[in-house]
Parts: sequence; structure tokens; C-alpha cells
Amino acid sequence: MKPVAFDYVAATTVEEAVNALREPGAKVLAGGQSLVPLMNFRLSRPSRLVDINGVASMAHIEVRERELILGALVRHQQLVEDPEIRRSLPVLSRAAQHIGHWAIRTRGTLGGSVAHADPAAELPALLVALGATIAVVGPEGTRELTAEAFFEGFYTTALAPSELVTQVKLPLPQGAVGFKEVVRRPGDFALAGAYVERLGSGGAVTWFGFGDRPRRFSVREWPSDPEDRRHVWVELVRNVPVEERDQYKYELAVAVAEESYRDAGGEE
Amino acid sequence: MADERSVVELTVNGRPYRVEVSPRWSLADVLRHRLGLTGTHVGCEQGVCGACTVWLDGEPVRSCLLFAVQAAGHEITTVEGITPAEGLSPLQEAFHRHHALQCGYCTPGMLLTAEALLRRNPAPDEATVREALTGNLCRCTGYQFIVDAVLSMRPSGGED
Repeated sequence: MKPVAFDYVAATTVEEAVNALREPGAKVLAGGQSLVPLMNFRLSRPSRLVDINGVASMAHIEVRERELILGALVRHQQLVEDPEIRRSLPVLSRAAQHIGHWAIRTRGTLGGSVAHADPAAELPALLVALGATIAVVGPEGTRELTAEAFFEGFYTTALAPSELVTQVKLPLPQGAVGFKEVVRRPGDFALAGAYVERLGSGGAVTWFGFGDRPRRFSVREWPSDPEDRRHVWVELVRNVPVEERDQYKYELAVAVAEESYRDAGGEE
Repeated sequence: MADERSVVELTVNGRPYRVEVSPRWSLADVLRHRLGLTGTHVGCEQGVCGACTVWLDGEPVRSCLLFAVQAAGHEITTVEGITPAEGLSPLQEAFHRHHALQCGYCTPGMLLTAEALLRRNPAPDEATVREALTGNLCRCTGYQFIVDAVLSMRPSGGED
């Protein structure tokens, strides 16, 4: 239960971090709340860790008129507590409250969650739900990807080995966004979760916790009858392929989407 | 890969230390084996059990998921740091009074989490206490007595 030996580089700027990441086998150390357990089990054996906790330019929180800009080093507990975030994008604070436990949230970072791309994680799914863009910096320079393009599958992203997630831009939703998830114990990863946006008579649903990545589906018009809505959920969720043993999650997904829909409407 | 050592300077319980570490050593192991502060317990080494919880600049963190090199320049507080030189702290007294421990393995992490909560919110409701403690596992008490002990610290008190 101890990691293999590695070379440790503490970066203080994005340039230093990107340079240090050119070494084959190098990995970024942000909050370490997913990476270090994997290293302790020796499932991950990076030859070099590039610690970005000292990169001051990646810890910003900026609320603009139509978007929220967050540095990759913003901690989950900041998402929960920051008054500006709670006011401008309350669904982000609510979802972040469900990540792990307090002592995990004080270290875990937005950029780390994005780069790790756990299909059951709350934040990647919210980025897909809101149509966020993710800024990454590498030896070739900066590029911006949509969340939809960034998340490719199970723990798999469009990030190149020597690229670093530096910032996320979240457009502030025009409609109301609901959030619900099903977990066995508080703090666990979700068995199934859904964000539902209600805008006018339509909107979108984004599911996570099953399948290989978060999936978003637009809905032109929500039926007002709950039974008709159930048919909509059932139709849409079948587009998310799941393994044989996870078939039961379709039922959870339908239930959690309806709860999230009601949450968005301020209903119990 | 050469397992090279480097010297880090960190402050633990208000006292400065200079210690030679390998980058792969967790803060928990360095606290216990290098600094002799064995109050910090190591349970799962994967961030689940919470026994190794310490404060990093006043915030609860898992010391099994933080490398000691990362603590350079930071203030660490362990259970020794929230224990008076003589006797017990008021929260420790409450744990004693409420039978909030049996084997004691989880207790340092429970105390640090609960103390951090009470310093931020001196009068938490039961749901808040339970939410804060979800990250600390206890296999002896069934949690109720721990929750009772923390609630009894509120200015209005709790059930004894």
C-alpha cells in the first residue's frame, strides 16, 4: 500500500508544469484524491509527479454576466462554500456537496475531476449538461474543447499526455437546472444521476453514473403528464449503452431523471 | 528510479521541523515514523476511512493522500495539537462522557473532523454533524454516541 518511487517536481507556473510533463511517464498531481489511492495500490506508477498545487494562476473564480470561469485548481469545497458560486450557479454548489467527504473536498480539484473523467462523477456531467468549455495547455499551446468533445469514455479524455487542464468556462444556464443522484451511502459515486434543465416548454437531460461518459439529450417539449414523461425518459435512456450487469440502472435513470425534472421545477 | 531524498520544512502543531523525506512517503507515515507523532492513525491508505485525518492550514485533509513533500511551508495540526499538555480538551471530555469510542482507532480522525466543524459552526444541527462525519468510519460505536458527544458541545448542550 505504498506507491513506487517517483521523481517530484513542484511547478509554480503553467509553463513549468507543461515542460515537466514532457517526460514520458509523468503525471499531474492536483488534489490527488483519485490518483494517490491508485498509486498506493500500484495501479498507477508514474515515474514523475508534477505537483501543480503551487500554480497560483490556476485558482481563480470569476463570475461574469453570462458565464462562470473557474481555474482548474478550485477545490470542491470552494464550489460548495463560495458565495459568488452559490449565487450565480447554485446547482454547481449543490452537486459539489455530493463529492466524497469534507476532507476529500478540501483537496480535490475541479481540473483533477475533469482530467480523471470518472463516468460516475458529478462535475464532468455538469460540464456536459451546461455545455462548458475546457481550456488545456500543452507544448503546442492552448486549446479549448467542449465538454462533449473532451470526455471520450471510461476515464478517457481528449487530453494529450503532456497537456494540462487549466480552466473551465461554464455558461450560466438560462433555464432552471435540477440535480438528483442515487447512491448507496452518502459520499459514494452515483449509481445513476441526472441533471435536467427546464427552459420554456423544453430543455435537456444529462445522465451520469452508467455508460462510459455523461450523456446529454435535448427535449423539445416536456409532456405535462408524468406518465407521458416516463415514456420520454425510457426512450432517451435506451441510447446510453450499458453492460449486461448494469441493465437495472435504466430503471434508476428513469426515476432519477423524473426527480431531477421536479427539482428543476421547485417541486418536491 | 532512484529513491532520492530531499529536506522539507513544515510546521506541525506550531513547532517547526526539518525532515528528510522521499517524495513517495505519505504525510501520515512521516508524522508517525519520522516525527514520532503516532496519534495519527493509518487505516485504509486509500482515503476512505478517515483515521489519518489531519488539518492542513486548518482544513481537514487525508494525510494518507498527501505526500509529506507537499506539506512543505504549510501548517499541519494533528490530534496531539488539539490535546492540552495536561488532561483532555472539552471535546475529548465529551467523547469520554458519551462513550464515543471503544477501540479508539478512528478517534483521532473523529476528533479533528468534529473540532474543525465546531470551530466553524459552534452550534451545528444533527444533520450537519452527521454530514461532516460521513468521511470517518467507526466499527465500534454505531456513530450515535459520537454524534451525541459532538452535539453536547453546542452552547445549548445536548442530551447527556
